Amino acid sequence: MSTVVLLLFTGLGLGALYFLVAAGLSLIYGLMGVLNFAHGAFLTLGAFAGWEVARRTGSDDWGIFLLSLLVGAAAGAAFAAFTEFVLIRRLYQRHIEQLLITLGLSLAAVALFDGIWGTDPVFIQGPAWFKDTTEILGARVPNDRFVCIIAAVLVLLAMVFFLKNTRYGMIIRAGVENRSMVTALGIDVRKAFTLVFTIGGAAAGLGGVLASHYFGYVSPMLGGSLLIFAFIVTVIGGLGSLTGAAIAAVAVAVLQQFANFYLGGTGDFVVVLALALVLLFRPSGLLGRTS
Amino acid sequence: MTTDTDAAGTNSTGANSQDIPGAGASGTADGAPRRTAPDQRSTPSGKPRPTRRTIVGAAAGLAGIVLLVLLPLLNLSLPGVLPGPTYTPGSLQLLAMCMLMAAAALTYHLLLGVAGLLSFGHALYFGAGVYGLAIILQNLDIPLLPAMGLTLLVVIVLAHVVGSISLRVSGIPFAMVTLAFAQAGSVIVGRNPDGTTGGDEGLSLRTENLPDFLVGVVNTRNLYWLALAVLVAVFIVVTWVQSSRAGHVAAAVRENELRVRVLGLQPYLVKLLIFVVSAVLVSIIGMVFLLLQSGAVPRAISADLTITLLVMVVLGGVGSRWGAVIGGVFYTILDQRLTTLANSDAIDALPDILRIPLSEPLFILGTLFILVVLFLPGGLTGTAQRLARRRNRLRGAGEARTGEGSTAHDRTGHDRTEASREILEESA
Repeated sequence: MSTVVLLLFTGLGLGALYFLVAAGLSLIYGLMGVLNFAHGAFLTLGAFAGWEVARRTGSDDWGIFLLSLLVGAAAGAAFAAFTEFVLIRRLYQRHIEQLLITLGLSLAAVALFDGIWGTDPVFIQGPAWFKDTTEILGARVPNDRFVCIIAAVLVLLAMVFFLKNTRYGMIIRAGVENRSMVTALGIDVRKAFTLVFTIGGAAAGLGGVLASHYFGYVSPMLGGSLLIFAFIVTVIGGLGSLTGAAIAAVAVAVLQQFANFYLGGTGDFVVVLALALVLLFRPSGLLGRTS
Repeated sequence: MTTDTDAAGTNSTGANSQDIPGAGASGTADGAPRRTAPDQRSTPSGKPRPTRRTIVGAAAGLAGIVLLVLLPLLNLSLPGVLPGPTYTPGSLQLLAMCMLMAAAALTYHLLLGVAGLLSFGHALYFGAGVYGLAIILQNLDIPLLPAMGLTLLVVIVLAHVVGSISLRVSGIPFAMVTLAFAQAGSVIVGRNPDGTTGGDEGLSLRTENLPDFLVGVVNTRNLYWLALAVLVAVFIVVTWVQSSRAGHVAAAVRENELRVRVLGLQPYLVKLLIFVVSAVLVSIIGMVFLLLQSGAVPRAISADLTITLLVMVVLGGVGSRWGAVIGGVFYTILDQRLTTLANSDAIDALPDILRIPLSEPLFILGTLFILVVLFLPGGLTGTAQRLARRRNRLRGAGEARTGEGSTAHDRTGHDRTEASREILEESA
């Protein structure tokens, strides 16, 4: 029982990270049709920015941790906004070329991170409480899992609130449904594009700081490895669906953890198998629109 | 689907499928047939007519191949491009790598340029060739050719399974799904099950059952000739597939899948065929890569390799066979040169703000790639053709348009940039 609970919480923590990356990816794809390969780079930049905050202040209390979350999110958002404004904006509606641009950007950015921070993983210190465990139903669950889960839930709630209750959220939702109609109504969708990219970048940057605590290190490859699973999550959840991304993130991560433990480290393989099954029976994903 | 090999058959069936994209789609109507078979334009009567361009092109190609074959016997120096004179193993190794990468880029061209399939899992088949052959040679006591045949069998099955699943979606989701499958392969290699793949360390090539002329630094030139033969063979096969009936249908599917389906053809099977052919070709290249590198490394199956191939094809110009070849050679040499540059003293002496970006070859290549996508949509070949066209125009419009043949030639040149752009749009 305790193993199951531990695996469940570890899976939920990992799922929270997947969600933070996949949410942005899914919204960006849903609204703009861009597969954003640079999303991993946003995450890595966020993680390094958060680590720099902790390193420069030299303290590991809660205030600094929250500050590092803010700085990480801000760094991710700034990078994302820059990407959208300078590179993507020139190529609206040319989806493959946008994809190629983000691909080139991710190559260049990861190489640049390599040059600045080195290729070796940098180990990271959080508040001492992170190292402790909390006992739930006999399982000793590391505390950093809870931080990831809470952060992801807060981000999900904030995003849902934003999408449901604000004017820009409404424009974004309408744009995902039918972009040409929104444009025809005289609304400038391009502002929504920049906004979605910024929000996605902020979520990825936040995810980066949390991922660095979850895994215990930062390296330039951090974003790339999470990005692949985020891709799988967005396809399984249904492209463009935020709730789908949340459900799929949790399902994929928990499945991965259980398979890793009970089926001898085959987690990644099982996830790809799940992807194949979803594609065979529901090509548009769990909550994707059937086309 | 059958693929007719005789010229007349190809042409008559080709004319049928060429009608598909052109029939109603404005804009692409003119460009589509020409770019699917630029060397095989048919006259109104339906007979193939070798244009002056085809003959000149074939002669130049043949001369180029002869020069490349003779290269290991010559003492040529290209300072700045090759590390030493052409007969030295170091230069031959780099040149052989260029050929293999150019050939791999050609197989990727078959996916993206012909069928419009943006696959992010091409490295899976390259890696399957590399690792499959390495593992079989390691564990079974069979000679090279049967081992290669066995590997090929594995790849054919693998490509059918993965292809038939991932082709259920198209466009961007297809890219993501192929990426996921390739990633699974890369993860398995990294996990090193029962010590078969060697994990991060890779697997060194067991040379006991290999023919002697393929082993050792002394024999680099044999490997060079092998790589050259592979490149030529892949080029011929790709050209053949592209101008076969299946190739025309694949191009038509890229232009307008619905229309092809309405005509009663099966886009799914054609796409699967192209996918499998391209996978098989790239796995053969992977096997030669294994012999050349005398070892399997995890990079051979990583997503990075697929991305590298994509970058090569886009740099060279999407939709152009020569573009893929040029892109492959250009990228491989540039990568090698930039790595040398990064470790040079001149870079070390620079201040941090210049030194860090310049000492990362991938940063420079990534930036270059972004600039090409933004400003040179036709890649290197498209830009070259555009420049040539501009020069022609300056020389006088009347002079360039003396006959019908040269008009068509002109149009093809004009179409290259547009064609690349359209292929990219349509594969979305």
